Amino acid sequence: MANIMIRRDSKGSYQFYLPKRDLEDTIVSMEFDTPEKWGGEIKLNNGGAYYIEPQVAPARLPYSVRAKRLDAAE
Amino acid sequence: MSALTREETQALIQEVLEVYPEKARKDREKHLAVNDQSIEQSKKCITSNRKSLPGVMTIRGCAYAGSKGVVWGPIKDMIHISHGPVGCGQYSRAGRRNYYVGTTGVNAFGTMNFTSDFQEKDIVFGGDKKLAKLIGEIEQLFPLHKGISVQSECPIGLIGDDIEAVSKKTAKEIGKPVIPVRCEGFRGVSQSLGHHIANDAIRDWVLGNRDEKAFESTPYDVTIIGDYNIGGDAWATRTILEDMGLRVIAQWSGDGTLAEMENTPKAKLNLLHCYRSMNYISRHMEEKYGIPYMEYNFFGPTKIEASIREIASFFDDSIKAKAEAVIAKYKPMMQAVIDKYKPRLEGKRVMLYVGGLRPRHVIGAYEDLGMEVVGTGYEFGHNDDYDRTIKEMGNATLLYDDVTGLEFEEFVKRVKPDLVGSGIKEKFIFQKMGIPFRQMHSWDYSGPYHSYDGFAIFARDMDMTLNNPCWSKLTAPWLKEEQVAEKAAA
Repeated sequence: MANIMIRRDSKGSYQFYLPKRDLEDTIVSMEFDTPEKWGGEIKLNNGGAYYIEPQVAPARLPYSVRAKRLDAAE
Repeated sequence: MSALTREETQALIQEVLEVYPEKARKDREKHLAVNDQSIEQSKKCITSNRKSLPGVMTIRGCAYAGSKGVVWGPIKDMIHISHGPVGCGQYSRAGRRNYYVGTTGVNAFGTMNFTSDFQEKDIVFGGDKKLAKLIGEIEQLFPLHKGISVQSECPIGLIGDDIEAVSKKTAKEIGKPVIPVRCEGFRGVSQSLGHHIANDAIRDWVLGNRDEKAFESTPYDVTIIGDYNIGGDAWATRTILEDMGLRVIAQWSGDGTLAEMENTPKAKLNLLHCYRSMNYISRHMEEKYGIPYMEYNFFGPTKIEASIREIASFFDDSIKAKAEAVIAKYKPMMQAVIDKYKPRLEGKRVMLYVGGLRPRHVIGAYEDLGMEVVGTGYEFGHNDDYDRTIKEMGNATLLYDDVTGLEFEEFVKRVKPDLVGSGIKEKFIFQKMGIPFRQMHSWDYSGPYHSYDGFAIFARDMDMTLNNPCWSKLTAPWLKEEQVAEKAAA
């Protein structure tokens, strides 16, 4: 489990940030992306994958959340 | 010499790597790359932020350098104790030329060195008592200081001193913030982790201090984050922002104060110059306080113009109009600078190797002068730095991460740049090789280089270095005659 931060970049897509490793990347897909259900499996541009417990979408971004690493890129 | 092709550059890298033992070669190979603008992700071509190879000459610093030297040190009204043996503080004292306004020793302490000067007995019995005593002495001798930060050196972590407890206790006694920073030099692979630790310390101990207090804000409050006022950089930046109608409420951390830092959460926009050293705190403020941050680049008129417009886009039309007025006001001045220096500098090739933001940010300034950057690299950059660099650099140029002394020398010998911009440790090697050199860490004791005012100085300095008559005088006259004679004989 790791703390991650999700924000929107200037282009409007989700940006993933893992402070512990200073890893910044674009999220290419998120399993659930509706106001009621948000999260699930997220895939990063670098090939990594993380899992966020599906939940109600955060009121505002950036948002820090616990995530489980499914597949690290390196 | 004409530019190298992709194959030639690749061959050059292989050639340089040949001297290493196999294991070292494999490791170093990952840190050297030929730039390819089509690559979206730096990770595919270059590895960064890894431990330096034992045995090679690296130019990196340590976590203490990142925290005390970069982030905390320039805060002028605080006293930063180098807690541990005397050397770390003394040899890094005032070397970075973070200018400030104030009376040194009375209400500003930027160029002074405070240290607990650890002796053998402090290592054996612990230095907590000494630290408490030291803080008491500081309070008595320098009553106008606004706070103290305790910057740990390596032994503090090794012997396990509890500086947090001492800080809490003494803070109560003197009634001012005492901030423990766990930036022991052995943490991490370079100064980069020191920046992170320092940012986290600010987040935990400083940022929330005035959350409840009232603050007279305006809709145009901005902060300058990650500008260390080297040679007056932040001041040059500040004038431009103020001309645009914005109010700068904090400077981080060049010429900055503790009060400014505490008031930063009241800003409407954080302007981030040095991304590498202060993105952490910007991200935190974006999440906690909802303050957006924007990376800007104040090197060279082209980039300044783009940045001014982007900054203005966060505000209403009155700011946008003033921004255009600022651009229009400086345009003829900048054109005059370019007209004067471009003919003398055009077509010259530059190799850079610095830290922080400069390996990519100054490229625009060189291009404005008609110069070309043919190689660049970061001392302690991360993947996201290289992501941003790839687009700025030309195709088939060299990228080198944490370059070693040998590699850098060999690259310069082969690529034959007209100018090398790097740090003080590289300066004399290249000058003795007869290559014009600028020390780009603290602007070779010149500056400012940021903003419009800085660009004029930047252009003058580059001209002064490149077209200096000394470079043709490097061969002694009697050796020259020999060379001519040899040629005649041949």
